[in-house]
Amino acid sequence: MSVPKFWREIPHKYRLVGSRCRSCGAIYHPRRPICPRCGSRDMEDVKLSHRGRLLAFTVIRRAPSDMADLRPYVVGLIELEDGVKVLSQVVDCDPAELKPGLELEATLRRIRVHGPAGVIEYGYKFRPVIKWEAETGEGQ
Amino acid sequence: MKPIAAILGVGCTKVGEHWERSLLDLAIEACEKALEDAGNPPVRALYVGNAASELMNEQGNISALLADALALDGVKAVEVRAGDASGSLAIHQACLDASFSRGQEGAILVCGVEKMTDVMAPEVARIQMLFEDSRSTFHSGVTIHGLCALLTSLYMSTYGVSYEDIVLLAVNDHKNAANNPYAQYPFPITVETVLSSPLVADPIRLFDTAGIGDGAAAIVLKGPEGARSSSDTPVAVLASEVATDKVNICEREDLLALRSLRLAAGKALGRAGVGLDKLSFIELHNTTSVIGILSLEALGLAEPGKGVDLLKEGAVAIGGRWPVNTMGGLKGRGHPWGATGVYQVVEAVWQLRDEAGKNQVDGAEIGLTSNMCGLGSISCVHVLARWEVVA
Repeated sequence: MSVPKFWREIPHKYRLVGSRCRSCGAIYHPRRPICPRCGSRDMEDVKLSHRGRLLAFTVIRRAPSDMADLRPYVVGLIELEDGVKVLSQVVDCDPAELKPGLELEATLRRIRVHGPAGVIEYGYKFRPVIKWEAETGEGQ
Repeated sequence: MKPIAAILGVGCTKVGEHWERSLLDLAIEACEKALEDAGNPPVRALYVGNAASELMNEQGNISALLADALALDGVKAVEVRAGDASGSLAIHQACLDASFSRGQEGAILVCGVEKMTDVMAPEVARIQMLFEDSRSTFHSGVTIHGLCALLTSLYMSTYGVSYEDIVLLAVNDHKNAANNPYAQYPFPITVETVLSSPLVADPIRLFDTAGIGDGAAAIVLKGPEGARSSSDTPVAVLASEVATDKVNICEREDLLALRSLRLAAGKALGRAGVGLDKLSFIELHNTTSVIGILSLEALGLAEPGKGVDLLKEGAVAIGGRWPVNTMGGLKGRGHPWGATGVYQVVEAVWQLRDEAGKNQVDGAEIGLTSNMCGLGSISCVHVLARWEVVA
């Protein structure tokens, strides 16, 4: 893979940038040039919420060849606060403690390392929201 | 009921780990069998369905390669690619060719082929992720089994269904595969077999998933005119329809509705002029059991959430109201991606010619096959009938 393939994916993979339809308000991720709901071409970039809740999850035990070293890993179906759904790895957690409804937040992580040149691909993964106040009863 | 094409011959290899045979070897065997079954008519066009020969076998342009290998000198050759829906789409294109070129001499040969064991299992998993929106699958690392696992979890929590009941479809498949000499896994299993097999992507276990296998299937068809003079036992293609859905399941309004299948089946049954009550059997697509159950619901055989009831009541067994996957389906017969859609039609032809042996559905007159890519980004439905039904 050439490096530009990764550069051009930086907005949606690093910053969760999607598209909002100026005509009907629908939001999509990854970006779309045409709104499938109303057919409008009038789309603008929008940065999506970095928080959401877990709808469903699975533990990948048989991984694709280029992610074998991560195995086993959790993949969640997550609904962001904007209402947009994304698929993402869920990290920094014990799968046994995950359940639908759990609040999650985006964090930037390493996704894969490509080819002999070792090009590193980064992007969002999600982790459980850390609730200091709820746990300790004290502010930070 | 007016046929759009007539199937004159069918053939296939056993699905399995054919270590000693190449992609081309398998395709040639299936094509030669189908041509012989059809009485060796002159061939004017070849359609090949294949998902990933470049990535798994280091070979592209396989329609010309296969035409050359079969000594079909100068013939028209077209390759069709749509992941694991490639086989049925190749048949779809051949049906269009047959109706577009009415009156032309010569038959059309369709071959679906996949040689998966040339790469290791983790590489198969990686390649399969390419058939979804890869921006989403590769970023998250979700495999096709992982996507099926998410749908299985959602199905269980939405409808209060147990995993034990969902995998009854895998049990049904294996029971039927036991009598299919071409099946990859010709032995019965129980729910316990599935539940004691390793986890692949929670809650999905290995025996809930279609395996990795090599195989090729082929059919010979032509326009419907004069079918009876070309063959003693032609089988009528009443409809061949295709529809799509959002590729990324996150964007689907209802994640548990296989919309592409509902649309394709609606168009196909409408074109055929056939109601669900007229179907004698159904060959459906079940990469994992949940996809098969959602297919039953998308076809309209059960309300959402009630697909498992058809399994529990035995409606899908041979002898039941709607026998499903009569020769083993994806789980039992095997799922060599680009070949699967053609295997389904081959098996439907056996049923409609009373050649299904111990798995023959009594009085089978009309059958439906449903093949899709991944989780239904594209679906292709064929409705087939015994020639006497339409003549």
